[in-house]
Order: sequence, then C-alpha cells, then structure tokens
Amino acid sequence: MADLGALFLRAMFVENMPLTYFLGLCTFLALSRRTDTAFGLGVAVIAVMGVTVPLNQIIYTAVLAPGAWAWLGMPELDFSYLALLTFIGVVAASVQLLEMLLERFLPGVQASFGAFLPLLTIHCAILGGSLFMVERRYDLAEAAVYGLGSGAGFALAVVMLGAIRTRLAYADLPAGLRGLGIAFVLAGMMSLGFSAFAQMASP
Amino acid sequence: MAPTESPWNTLTAPLIRQNPVMLQVLGICSALAVTTSLDTALTMSISLTVVVVLAAGLISLVRRHIPNSIRLIVQIIIIASLVIVIDQCLQAWFFGLSQRLSVFVSLIATNCIVLGRTESFARSNPPLRSMLDALGSGLGYSLVLTLIGACRELFGAGRLLGMQVLPLADAGGWFTPLSLMLLAPSAFFLLGGLIWAARSLWPDQAEAPEFPPHDLREER
Repeated sequence: MADLGALFLRAMFVENMPLTYFLGLCTFLALSRRTDTAFGLGVAVIAVMGVTVPLNQIIYTAVLAPGAWAWLGMPELDFSYLALLTFIGVVAASVQLLEMLLERFLPGVQASFGAFLPLLTIHCAILGGSLFMVERRYDLAEAAVYGLGSGAGFALAVVMLGAIRTRLAYADLPAGLRGLGIAFVLAGMMSLGFSAFAQMASP
Repeated sequence: MAPTESPWNTLTAPLIRQNPVMLQVLGICSALAVTTSLDTALTMSISLTVVVVLAAGLISLVRRHIPNSIRLIVQIIIIASLVIVIDQCLQAWFFGLSQRLSVFVSLIATNCIVLGRTESFARSNPPLRSMLDALGSGLGYSLVLTLIGACRELFGAGRLLGMQVLPLADAGGWFTPLSLMLLAPSAFFLLGGLIWAARSLWPDQAEAPEFPPHDLREER
C-alpha cells in the first residue's frame, strides 16, 4: 500500500505532467486565463486519465504485449507497435462515453466541465500517461494510481497557473510579454518550485 | 489562406511571421522536453517535418473521398500510422537516440501542428500546395526547437552536438556550466524570452492588454 501512495505522490508532484515533462502544455496555457475554466479542465483530466490509463494497461497486457497470445500457441506474436493507434482509439472512445454518461446521469456536472471533454481526445498528457505506463511496465493497480496521480498533478498545476494569471491580468506588462510570454515565464517559475520536490524525493 | 498566395509565401510565412510555436501556441507539448541537447532536438524536428509533410500530402490526396463527419478520425489514423513508421525506423537505425527521446516521438501523433495543418489547409488544397504549407510549418517548428536546443546544450554543458565548444572549468578552461539549463524550468524561460524578443521585433504579434490602464484607454 505504501508503494502505491508513494507512486501517487510521485506522479502528482515529482513527475508533474506539464511542469516536468511538458505534456499537455497546449491546453495548460490556452485554458488557464481564469481559475474556474482551469478547474473544470483539471477535473476532466483527472476523470479521463483515471479511466484510460488502467483500461489501456488491461488492453496492452491482454492483447498487444509481446507473448500475450502464448496461450493460443503463438508466443512469437508481438503487436506492441500498434500500441499508439490503440491508445488513441481507447482515449477517444472513453471521452465520448464519459460525455454521454455525464449527459444522461449528471447533467449539472456536464454543464460545468463537459465543454472540455472533447478537447481531451488528443491531449498529450493523457496519451503520454498511457505510453509511460507501458514504458515503465506498471501493473493494473499501479496504472490506476499513476493515472489518477498524474491527472491530479495536472489539475493542481493548471489551477495554480490560472490563479496567478488572474492576478496578473491587471498588471501593466511590456507589450511583447503580454499573454503567452508571461505565461511561459510563470510556468518556468512554477517548474522551478516543483523541481524542489524532485530534490526531496532523491536525497 | 487565400488560394492566390504565391508558393514562396506559403513556404516562408510560418517561419517567423506566423510561427506555429511562438504565435499560435501549437505543438509546444513535445517541443520543450526534447531540447536538452541539439541532437535530440534535430531528430525531433526532422521526424515532425517528415510526418507533417507526408500527412498533408496523403490527406490532400484522399480529401474528396473522406466523409465530413468522420474526417477527424481518418486524419488521426493516417497521422498515427505515419508516426508508428517513423518510430520504428528510429528504433531500427538510431536505437540510442530513440531511447533518449522515449515517448516523445510517439507523441507527435497528438502534436497540434500536424492535425492543425491537415485540418485547416490540406483538407481543401491540392497535394503539392499542402505539402509546401506543411513543410513551412515543420520548418518553423524546427527553427524554434533548434534554437532552444542549441542554447540549452551550449550553456548547460558547453557542448554542441556532443563536441566541446566552450572549455569547461573542470578541465582547465574558463566555462562553468549552468546546470539549470539542463532542467525543465530553463526551457520555459527560454521560450518565454524568445516570444518576448519576437514580439518586440514584430510588434503586430503582441496581444492586446485585457484590462488597459486609464491613460492608455484615453489615448486611443
């Protein structure tokens, strides 16, 4: 259990998706002008990553991994090169399904963060989470914890950036730095802060 | 994108004036992670340029046969297949390099530049023009990546493409490497600075202030 807890914290802080791996930066920068949109995006990312990473783990080990078809007498079969295509399909399908389920059962939630769901179909952080899961050979429990942890890390970072940018909207910045430029500098500073977690994790 | 635009213009517009990374915030997801050294940045640039040119050409060839309702899925599948091919080639011939790039080559599939070009240009233009336009976007992306990669490798380790350019203090020279340049924050700072520089040189790229101060408002 302690290992899973450590993995969660590690995925959330030390290996923060946008700030240390630069994944999901497109939405990270584009939708962080206000805190409430940032929060909606964060919740959507947690939900989708928590579902798709374990789902992809099951599909990868059962169908795609080298030797997955050994029980049929074909141990040399290796579909791992199809992983990318499969993961994109799974993510797109899960996003669609999640949207339909929310619309049917939780229309209130759908109204508040449903608008961000279609954006997540080709979101680097979500696809990156599944690809990292394969590269690091996580089992099912680890994959689930890792997905939730990285989603939470993304949500944390995007809400923080949204809060800072709301304050800075009233600042008188140099013309060239307005908007995107200052967002990058802010992200750099937050990334500095998060790299302190990496120091704590490896004393 | 007017159809009367000259081919030269189509090619060079995305380099600086409409640079996809700096101006449209597209494709930076993968752009920063691979820039700790120049050779990974160059590999990534070449891979992306090849993918975006081929994808634009292919999608432009079949553009009349794709039903409008499923065009995104078709485009994503074509792009993802091309990315798989590139990834397998890298693993076959440049295994060490592909290990260092880890998942980021695969993530070209979700790179917004590729889907952006195919969706907005290749879908409604003939193949050669689309490939030219894609080549321009790919080169614009490569320009930014190469600049940042060169900066980070030069100041972080005193090397360019693995060769020692600045003599290190440890080895009797004068240069003390800035280890911050090899960490994640420096990539953000460098790109932020690059955007600032570009927007100061070409002021029309700057964003309008959200809440202009009073004296500014009166001047207008």
